[in-house]
Formats: sequence, structure tokens, C-alpha cells
Amino acid sequence: MSPPETIQIIGRDDPAYPAALRVIADPPEVLYVRGTLRDQDGTALAIVGSRRASAYGLAVAEWLGQELAWCGVTVVSGLARGIDAAGHRGALAGGGRTIAVLGCGVDVIYPPEHHRLMAQIVEAGAVVSEFPPGTPPLKHLFPRRNRLISGLALGVVVVEGRDRSGAVITADCALDQGRDVFAVPGRIFDETSRTPHRLLQQGAKLVARVEDILDELGLAALRPRSVAGPSVALEGVEADVYAQLGLQPQHADALAQRCRLPVAEVSRALTLLEVRGLTRALPGQRYVRANVEW
Amino acid sequence: MLARVRSAVIHGIEAHPVDVEVDVGRGLPSFTIVGLPDAAVQEARERVRTAIRNAGYDVPARRITVNLAPADVHKVGSSFDLPIAIGVLSATGQAHPQKLKETMLLGELSLDGTLRPIVGTLAVALAARKTGITALVVPDGNGSEAALVEGVGVHAARTLGDVVGHLETRALLPVRHAPPFDPSTERGDGVDFSDIRGQSSARRALEIAAAGGHNVLLVGPPGTGKTMLARRLSTILPALTWQEAIEITQIFSVAGLLSAGSGPVHVRPFRSPHHTASSAAMVGRAPARPGEVTLAHRGVLFLDELPEFHRDVLAVLRQPLEDRVVSVARIHSTVTFPAAFMLVAAMNPCPCGHRGDSRRECLCTPPQVARYLSRVSGPLLDRIDLHVEVPWILPAELLSAPAGESSAAIRVRVQRARAMQRARFAGTPLCNAEMTPRQLRRHCRLSETEQAFLRGVIERLGLSARAYDRVLRVARTIADLEESNDISAAHLAETIQYRAFDRPLRLLG
Repeated sequence: MSPPETIQIIGRDDPAYPAALRVIADPPEVLYVRGTLRDQDGTALAIVGSRRASAYGLAVAEWLGQELAWCGVTVVSGLARGIDAAGHRGALAGGGRTIAVLGCGVDVIYPPEHHRLMAQIVEAGAVVSEFPPGTPPLKHLFPRRNRLISGLALGVVVVEGRDRSGAVITADCALDQGRDVFAVPGRIFDETSRTPHRLLQQGAKLVARVEDILDELGLAALRPRSVAGPSVALEGVEADVYAQLGLQPQHADALAQRCRLPVAEVSRALTLLEVRGLTRALPGQRYVRANVEW
Repeated sequence: MLARVRSAVIHGIEAHPVDVEVDVGRGLPSFTIVGLPDAAVQEARERVRTAIRNAGYDVPARRITVNLAPADVHKVGSSFDLPIAIGVLSATGQAHPQKLKETMLLGELSLDGTLRPIVGTLAVALAARKTGITALVVPDGNGSEAALVEGVGVHAARTLGDVVGHLETRALLPVRHAPPFDPSTERGDGVDFSDIRGQSSARRALEIAAAGGHNVLLVGPPGTGKTMLARRLSTILPALTWQEAIEITQIFSVAGLLSAGSGPVHVRPFRSPHHTASSAAMVGRAPARPGEVTLAHRGVLFLDELPEFHRDVLAVLRQPLEDRVVSVARIHSTVTFPAAFMLVAAMNPCPCGHRGDSRRECLCTPPQVARYLSRVSGPLLDRIDLHVEVPWILPAELLSAPAGESSAAIRVRVQRARAMQRARFAGTPLCNAEMTPRQLRRHCRLSETEQAFLRGVIERLGLSARAYDRVLRVARTIADLEESNDISAAHLAETIQYRAFDRPLRLLG
């Protein structure tokens, strides 16, 4: 066990206080921080969205987090379930920095299953809160912290959200603070597409590639470094199965029917693809493509 | 005058010989039964008294004492009516039976003197053969069942008068012959695997389960056909052997589930107790009440809604799953029932049931799901080799799915895989699921490459370490289905798909 790491208290006069927060309407007097805040975190983007996200939304958030990390952009989010966690995970997977803004004390792990994720974020970025340590996760505190998520970032990307989503609050804060709002489109019949689509109608910028964000923010110089796709050439059943995988989760039975192969062979191929990191198993033996390339 | 008649009592699913001694002597008129009789045996007095009178004989007003020996064994059931009645008639000189020494008698009497069927006749016939008794007189409805035992002449009687006539050699009852036994022709209540469309991975998993005798856990949203699948498992298990059929018939007979006049059971049992079942209902009660685990012997025990079962009920399943028998303790004795069943359990993927369901959204939080899943963790899960996630299928997809293969076609492959196992385990009835750790190491040897492959997969996918042996066991069966002596990487890779509970993240998402 490492020695208990400290919680820094950064006042508004402290030079370490994030410059981006100084300019918003009601900046917090102090910030409680676990991990480190760096100057480079000035180039940050927030990824927010639904807690109960679809497999598509999770894949987008993770992909976006990773791409931004590759560009050297810090990913800010709220450590909530669903899109938030996927954004953090993507940034970590891309070896980049990420900041989690909490609606409780920085020593309170909420939701509890993000125990490990939180530890990783402390290592590779910072966990930040304006509430003193020990503050429990109270419902009314969460909308307040949303202004810090947008405040710490140059812009906010909304990935998924239903009606009356918390992501709307974050987007409103971003507009008040003069930050850009981006939205990732979804399928029009999905409830989770409501918020991003409404934002797009109101003038948010549509994100289909990471360059869409970089160009808007004048960060075009930060091109994602080229990534090798599936470096191994796939053959036989594995190639057939991989070709049928998408972002819509599919059960092994459905894949077998599409490939016109016995399910035993498809099952074998899925294990091999999963070991290579080319697919991911979701609850219910359903599979999506991992490592999405656009 | 003293008369001695041979009979038997059921203990567990076995019968033990009992001598019924009747003495009619001087003294105040009375009718006493001693020798640890239970209520049903006590009540025999009234049935016997009335039946004797209605059969045209007489119960004299004398002191009648009935002793059931050995005196320290509990006597249960109504089958002592007939031996007591014959004892009374003989002791009072109204009948002169010649064949009492070599004949065992059992049967319940109706008040009019006719004989009613009883439970456990087959067990008694087996015990009779063991003790060297050559003839058995039983109620008519139990004749076919008792005749399954070779070496004992079975005579089926309709009335008390018939029995007296037979024993006095005035009117001999014919010897019953065993009804025919052909388990391959009969397939239960008409269910077949071809009834199921789609669900190809669940079908495949059940085929593997049947081939290796593995226990299965089906996980899926409500209405996906988990029960339908489970019900069909017994149709692809190998056809019953004569020995197995006798075991099942004996259990059903003791439990009173055999209809009068029926011969051997031809079909593997399928038992599906409700999740409110008590542990006594599950494991049985001493001295002679088999529970669900025993009624599922040589067949399938299906537990739907597994997490809803009481914790103590799931706990008592551990012994039968491990030892293939279940012991029930009573104050004076312990009864052991056979319980070699295949377990098929079904559960929803989360409390609301819609996790991973394409129709409806799941509203459960991750901690709720984790709590729900943890109800079936631990020792019980350790005995379940295959975990199958059953998807809900759109009606349209269901219609376009190819019609399923028939049970008969699947059973051919299962029987071939079982033949491989019989050869491997040198003729013992073991199957892959029952391999000891030592046999596992001997028969599931992997080459260096396969070992490295399996280690890599387990590490990469975050499987728990104890998955290793479980995977080997199932992979052995998959190899057997392909009649391959070696376990290949492909067999291992397929097995990984059936170990969802080793991968908490996959279930929790």
C-alpha cells in the first residue's frame, strides 16, 4: 500500500487554481484536489451524457476520450455511470490526462463500483470537488458541480441524454460561460438521442470525427496520431464474424445466423477476437466491435 | 395359537424384512399391535377386523397380539394389513396356509376385503430376492411392478379370499410376468428439441451438458424459453439402461408416483420444484419420503428462478451435487436416498429481468445487479460447469430462424460422446462432469501451446483462477463430441463462452 495520498486545498488566489475557472460567474472559493492539476489541463474538453447509456453511446464516449487523449487534450467529466465513466476510461486507455469533478467529497467513492477507475484517475490526472472531504453524494449537489465540468473545459461534448438529462444543465452552463457545445448524433427513435439532437437543432456543433472538435476550437494542429488498426490480418471464421460485428450489440446466435456458420465455430471465433481486443462481450453474451475506426 | 407371516417395511427406498407374529390367546378381548407401529399401522386393526368379517370370516372376541419384528425398527405404511389379516385367520384356525414360510405378503385392505395398491412394492421384491424368499403376494395393481425382479414368483391378488385360497393351495394364483421394457421407443410427454427455433447457442450448450453430464445455468430475460429448453434436456440424454430404469421405478414406487398396474419407468424424470419449496421437500424426509433431488435421480432437476430459492434450500443441494446421494438424519437413524441428477437452473440476468434485453430497458443499478447475482455465487456455482446466456428473440427473427434439429439426431451425438467417456473411464458409469481432480489431470492433458493459450485467455479476459479446471472439464466433453482424443485451442475457446459467471464484468456490464 502506498502512503495515504493527500488532498490538496487550492484557494482562488493560489497560482495552481485553474485559470479557466477564474473567469466563470461563480467560481468556487476553494477546490479540493486529489492527484495533480497541470498547466496542460487548460486544453481540456468535457464529455458528458446519460448514466443509462446505450452500447453505442458508451463506445462513442470511449472512442472520443481516447482520440482526445491521443491529441493531448485532457478529458473532463463527472465520474458518473455510463457516458462519464466511458469518457474517463477512453482517456486513460489513450494514455492521456483526465479530470473527474465530483458532486461529493473527493474522498467519497461514488458510485462505489468506480473505486478502481477513481484510483486510476488520481494517478493520471485529478479528482476535483468544491465540496469538503466527507460530503456525501447528495442529489442537489450534482447540478452545481456541472458548472465546474464545463468551466474547466474549452467545450462540452454531449454524447447521449434523455429528456431532462443532467447533460442539458452542463450544456447550459457551458453557454453561460462562453464555452462551445458539441453533440454526437444518435438514432432518431432512441430516447437517448433526445438531448444531443435538441442541442444540434439549437446550434450545437455536430461531432462525427475528433477533427470536428479540434477545428472548432482552433486546435487543428493537434491531429490525432495515426493508430494501427487491427494489426493482425484476420482469416477464416474470425474474419467473417468480425465483419458482422458493429456497435449494435448482437448475440452469438444472431452472429451465427448472419455468418451462416454453426454457433460452436462462431463462439470459438468470438473468444479469439475478444482476446485480441477486437470485440467486447456485453451482458447477455452480446458482442460489439471494439477499437472502432472511422 | 401363534402364526408367523413374512412381510417388509420401507426405509429410505429400500425394504427390510419384517416378521408379523400374531398370537390369539385367552384374556380380555383386545387387538394390540406392538413393534414401533406408526399411525397408519395402528389403524390396520380397524381395517383388518372389518375386512375379515366382510370376507366371510370371523374375528373372535379373544386377546389378539400382533408383534412386528424386529421391534426396534419403525414400521410405516398400510402394507401390513394383509399379513396381519392372514396371521389372524391362521392363528384362529380359520385358514390353513401351507406356503407361509417361503412367501412374503403385503397389501392394504379395503373394508370389503379387497386389496388396494401400496407403495414400494418393487423395493420389497428386491429385498425378497436378497433374503432368499421365492414368492411374493401383492395387490393386483402392484403386480407388474414387482414382476420386474427376476427370481421371485409374483402373484397378484384381488381379495383377501384370493390370498387365503392361494396360500392353502386350493386356488393358486398365476405368476405375473414382467411387462416389456424398450426405453428407445418412448419419449415422454411428446416434447422435442425440434420445437425450439433459434437459440442455437443454448441448444449447443445443452448438447454439451447432456454429453458430459454437466450441470447448466441458463441466464436470460423472462419469456425467452429457458423452461422450454430445460424440459427438453432429458430427451437428448442417453436412453435409460435396465439398471437405471429399475432405480427410477423403485424411487417412484416408494414415493407413490407409479400409477397402478404400470411397469418400469421408460423416461428420464424431469422435476421442477417451485422456488418456495422447503428443504425437506427438496432432500426428503426419513424414513421413507424421497425429496425432489431423489425423484430427479438419473434425470433432470430444474430450478427456475434460482436466486428466489431459500438460502438453506440451495445449501442442502450441495451434498447431492457432490456425492450423488443425500443423507437425511432422524433421531434414531440416517436414511440415504440416491440423488444422481443433472441440475438445470434458470435465472433472470438482473432483478428486473431485462438486462441485455433488446426489447426493454433495464433500470437496475450495478450494485443491485451485483447483489442479485451474488445470491447464487459460491459453492453451488462451483458445481455448475456451463453458464448460458439466453437471448430474447424478435418474433420476426424467430420465424426466419431455421427449424431446430430433432432430439433423436442430437441424442446420437450425445451417445457417441458418452461411449468415448465409457472407454476412457474403463467401463465405469462416470461421465466428464464427475471426474475427480486426479482423473482430470490425467485425461485433460494439454500440450504446451494449449496451456499457454488457456492461461493467456484467462488472464486477458479476467477470468477467475478457479475457472481453469472447469474449462478443462467442459473442453474435454466438446472434444468427445468431435470424437477427438486431444483437447484443442478451439475446444477451449468455445468453452470460455459458457463461463459467464467467471467474468463478473461481462454480467455486470
